[in-house]
Parts: sequence; structure tokens; C-alpha cells
Amino acid sequence: MFAGGERSGQVITPGDLLVGKPPLLVYPIDPRSRIVRDGSRLNQILLVRLAPDELDEDTRAGSADGVVGYSGVCTHAGCDVTLWQAETRRFRCPCHESEFDPRDKGRVVGGPAPRRLPRLPVKIADGVIVAEGSFIGRPGFLPG
Amino acid sequence: MTSARALVGIGSLLVATTVPVTLLGGCTTQGMGTGTATMTQPAPRARTTTGAASYTPVTDQRLVNPEAENWLMYRRTYDGWGYSPLEQINTGNVKNLVPVWSFSTGVAEGHQAPPIVNNGIMFVSTPQNQVLALDAKTGELLWRYKRELPEDLFQLHPTNRGVGLYEDKVYLATLDAHVVALDAKTGKLLWDRTVEDYKKGYYMTLAPLVAKGKVMVGVSGGELGIRGFVQALDARTGQSAWKTFTIPAPGEPGSDTWKGDSWKTGGASVWITGSYDPQLNLTYWGTGNGAQWMGDQRPGDNLYSSSVIALDADTGKLRAFHQYHWNDSWDWDEVSAPILMDVQRGGRTIKSLVHPGRDGYLWVLERRADAIGFVEGKPYVKQTVFTKLDPRTGRPEYDETKKPVTGKKIPFCPSLWGGKDWPPAAYNPKTGYLYIPTNENLCGSLLGTAKPYEAGKLWLGTEIKDIGMVVADGANHIGEIQAWDMNTGQKVWMRTFESHNWGPVLTTGGGLVFAGGTNDRYFRAFDGKTGEPLWQWRTNSGITGVPSSFAVDGTQYVAVQSGWGVDAQRMQGALDDIRGAKTDVPQGGVIWVFGVNQ
Ligand code: FES
Repeated sequence: MFAGGERSGQVITPGDLLVGKPPLLVYPIDPRSRIVRDGSRLNQILLVRLAPDELDEDTRAGSADGVVGYSGVCTHAGCDVTLWQAETRRFRCPCHESEFDPRDKGRVVGGPAPRRLPRLPVKIADGVIVAEGSFIGRPGFLPG
Repeated sequence: MTSARALVGIGSLLVATTVPVTLLGGCTTQGMGTGTATMTQPAPRARTTTGAASYTPVTDQRLVNPEAENWLMYRRTYDGWGYSPLEQINTGNVKNLVPVWSFSTGVAEGHQAPPIVNNGIMFVSTPQNQVLALDAKTGELLWRYKRELPEDLFQLHPTNRGVGLYEDKVYLATLDAHVVALDAKTGKLLWDRTVEDYKKGYYMTLAPLVAKGKVMVGVSGGELGIRGFVQALDARTGQSAWKTFTIPAPGEPGSDTWKGDSWKTGGASVWITGSYDPQLNLTYWGTGNGAQWMGDQRPGDNLYSSSVIALDADTGKLRAFHQYHWNDSWDWDEVSAPILMDVQRGGRTIKSLVHPGRDGYLWVLERRADAIGFVEGKPYVKQTVFTKLDPRTGRPEYDETKKPVTGKKIPFCPSLWGGKDWPPAAYNPKTGYLYIPTNENLCGSLLGTAKPYEAGKLWLGTEIKDIGMVVADGANHIGEIQAWDMNTGQKVWMRTFESHNWGPVLTTGGGLVFAGGTNDRYFRAFDGKTGEPLWQWRTNSGITGVPSSFAVDGTQYVAVQSGWGVDAQRMQGALDDIRGAKTDVPQGGVIWVFGVNQ
């Protein structure tokens, strides 16, 4: 569901994500208990839809109709990754300008972040975006 | 997570040896410990840290009147001078200054804290809320404390600006808005108090101000819509002694300068150590800008944002204030505490508060028991916003076309980082000059947007992409050190640097001015009278740390942390964007200690 903003609390559908549109920052819902897992900022997920042929092989394997999922928390110092560079299709962190490439497994392409943005493989089931497993890598910063 | 924080007993210490250096003052350093180490025969060994064998308690008496050889607090003295009276290292021999020892902090980001020294024991805080205790003469590690920060914390300013000392304790204000007290001899955690909830955007980076049995701290979070305050904790127990908000609640004096609920999220953070006048028993704190940044979304003067406030050290009661500029819309925090000094004006000695503002004006105020009077304000960098000051109150009038508003891009000078951001200026009573680290030739622009407040989220009142910066046409430099004779109110010399300058200033009885601050990694010494460059040393990283000076066994040293990051790095990014360049300033902190080779 949406984490913050006008539609905070509403459930996301694949239709909310269109190629060329900025990513959404969301929280997951437990499919069985329906509990929203928003207790920790570290559960925030970035969802964005990209053209599938732009994605590298691994990224594409964990995507659904071009929708990819990443941790929404910067690996540098833990800020919410809230900015989107539409032309270059990169996530950008507002705190110290780290940039990540969602087409290539969240690779760091600028700024001080020391490692990739952890990826969350997703699929679409019954019209809902579902996480397949957990983040690849630990979300957030690694205390020094 | 089993424990919220950890004390790390590190089983190693500095093993690299240096060529034996005979120092002025007669002592010889020979690498570490046994004295047998040479360049060709390093003596690597591991040893468990054992803490300090003895420790001299820090009393009020010593804080008010520190021994010349010690640096017991952020700016060494309560008046905020950043001045060491030591004169063994001076304009004549500083050219022979060499490193005596160094120490890797093991962390990256902005190393801004001064090495604080009490009778041969040095305390240094680093980013990630680590405290190192070292033998100030040999560089031997005595203990290390490292706070385990919450995993979901985010650090907009990954830094810390130093510890406070009192009796046999060391105090640290943390990024997750706690204050911890450590045993000065062992680093053992004695108490840990929550000051505010970090999840609501409160955090702390300042060195605590300690006086009369109280540990005083302020909170950061102006970018996240906090309501600022200063809180005093009992130095022994950590119990809260008083708490004073920097924004009045409805009904309190000054509350009519806010509309509706804007006071609840109005910012006015406090993130630099206050100064203190023991005679008046008043602590002076600089406050941050209003939150979010656009003044038109929080109409009114917005007291006490971008102000200096005088709080009674015993009760926290607000005795006086002066607002440098009202309804801030430029992100001009005025958090640097004023420097307490005597200034001559019209044949009269004024007990003054001197503040080189982020707003680009150099302010002189008069401090009294129950009031702060306006004396003078004049620009020290290009300033396009103020059209005039009220000669009686100092209240500026604005060129409204230079005041950012919602929905329109507005240019102004200096940039949002101001003429001087947080790096402290220094005052030398021997030369009579004030030394200001400045950035000139930078202007900014902002386009305001209205967005609802969400607790713990960035709330700037502008999109990051709408924060603009420009370099003045034909500018040959950005960074400067300016020296001002405050008795004449005139600038007496200036050094310029091609790079921007984020270097806190130290000045000494030897007639010297020390500072780093540029992206070329140099630490430099200047003649305090003339500004002539006398010495420089290229360090591991860029220096945004507060330098200090101290003596052990009759030998004077100068110490500083080198470790680039935070806003110096951010400004570098903005400059690189303008120029299409990519400047790589290496990160990673190192403590450097220098002495004069005989
Ligand atoms: S927290 Fe994202 S770049 Fe620093």
C-alpha cells in the first residue's frame, strides 16, 4: 500500500504503475493476516515499471511485466530514496545524492552509497503485486 | 539486537611508527611504548586497551578558567573564542611543524569534532557516534565507545561535533537523540537518556555545553519539521533539569509571531554548542531557520527562529533574545553561538555578542542581564536581500524580490549555505582580530512548493531539484578566511582559496591561525597579524574538523581530524554540477597531531 502522500494507506494495483511514470514508495501487506508491515522504515519498497527489454537478465527475472521492486532506504545513511530521474531512469536519494540504476540490480551509479539498493523480486498474482521472497541484501546502511 | 549499544574493547593500537622526532620542549617520541621501534623495524603488537591510569576531574572552576595546556570543551572556553594561549608554536617556528602521531578513526563521513584534551588524555568523537580516548602524547588508544545506532535511523548529517567533560565523565549527544555519559577512565556507559524520538525527525550532532552540574544540548531536525528546544540534564544522573522550546506555545510571549499550528513544526533547531557568560549566568544559543523553508507558508516573524536566545543556566528561563532576520525563507540557520568579547565603540567598552551570520552579515550585539541590544550589522560577503537595518533594533528590511516564496523561483545571495555556515570563527585577544571562514561568490535560488507535513520525513518546502546555486561571473575564488578588527569594525586581511571553505578556525597565543576546509586536503597555518601563509600539510582527506591545541609535559601540539563529508561534500556536488566536473575528495577519518621539530 502507499506509504505517505495523498493516497497513503491505499492498496497498490499494477495499474498504478506505468512505464515512464515515477516510482511509488510503498509498504507491504502480509497476505494472510492482512497486517500492514509498516513498523519499520526498512520495510519501505520502491516500485517502478520499466520497459522489460531495458532490464538486465537478473533484474528481468525478478520483475513482472516490467515492474521491479527495491528497498526504499538508501544504503548510504538510510534516507528514503524519494527522487526519480526520468531521463536516466535512476533512483536518487535526496540526502547526499546517491543514484541507483533500477535496470541493473540497483547498482550505485553516483554519490556516496557504498552498495546496491537491495532488490525485491516481485510477481503479479490475481491483479496484485506480490513480493517473491525477501530483499536481496540488507536494506539500509550498515553501521560502521 | 540484544543490546542497544556496545562498548568495544579493541585489541589493537597504532602500530605504524614514525621517525623519532625531537620536539620543542625537550621530549622525544619514539614510536610506541617500548621506545625500540625504528622505521626499518616496526614493532607491531596487539594489546587490550586498559583505559586511563589516572584522570583529573573537570570542575566548574577549571571550565571557567582552563589551564593553558588544556582544551576542555568545543571552543576551549565558554566565550567561544577558539583560542589557545599556548605560544611555543609560533610564527617563527611553525614552518617546522610535523606530524607526531596519527590515528585512523575507521569511519567515513564528516569528522567535525575537536580533539578535546584534559591533562594528557584526548577525547575525540567521530561520525557513527564513536568516542575515542587516546594518550594525547603518544597516540595510544585508551578506550573506544561505539554506539549501536538504530537500523532504521537516517542520517541527513552523519557527523558529531565533540564531547563534553565534567567531573570524571564524558558526554555525547547522539544521532538517535540520546545523551550518554561515559566513564572518562574506561569508556564504560554510565547512563543513557532519551531526549526525543528520533523517529519524529529529532537528532543531535552538537557537543554538549556543560556548566554548573548540567549537561545542555539542543536538537537538530529543522529539515524534518521538528519544534526546537534546549534541554539540560543533571550531569550526575542524567535526569532532566529543564527544557526550553525555541518556539513559544500559544499564549506564551512571542506566540503571536506564528499563525495556526505552524509553531508545532516550526523548526528553530539548535545544533551548535552554546556559549556561556558565568557572570550573568546566561547561556547563549543560536537557532536554526523556520521549517519548512518557505516563509509565506508560516507568516509572521517566527520567534525565535534565526535568533540568539539567552537562557538562564540554572532554570532554562529565556531572559533575552535577538532575532537576526525574521520569517526566514533562505534556509539561513543562525546556529553558531555568538562569540563573547569586548568591543570598543565610541570610547565605550561593550560587552558584546559577535556573530558572523549565515545571512552574510557580521552582527555585533550588547549582552546585558535581561536584554540583548543591537550595536551594528554589516555584510561581510555579497548580500542581496537586506535593503537596510533599523538603526535602533537591527531589524532588516527585505528586497521582496529576493525572498523565496511558494510557486516562484527566487534568486538571492549568499546561497542557502550562507556567508558562513556552522564552521566556527575564532577570536585572538593578542591580535585583537576575529577570523571568519567564509564562502563568497555563491548565490542561490529556491522555488517553493507546498506539501503537507509528515512526521519524520524530509519537509523542505521545496523540491531538491529546485534548489539552485550559481557561481558569480568571473569569480576567481570561493573560500576565504577574513580577519576583522572588531574595535574598528574593519576587515584587515583576507586569504582566498579556489575551493570552497568549510574549515573551522583555531587561533593561538603564538600569533597563528590554523584551518583546513578546502577540497585539496591541506591543513594550513597563517600569520594572525598579516594573513601570510606560513605552513601547510597535505592530509588524508578534506578537513572540516575543529582544530585544537594543547600541551603535555611542556610540549605544545596542534590537533585536528581530517575527514571530508556532509555539507562540504554536498557543496562540492553542487559546484561540480555547475562546472560539469567530478571532484573526488577521499573519505575516511584520521586524527592528526602535529608538533614542532627542533
Ligand atoms: S542517505 Fe542516501 S545518499 Fe546519503
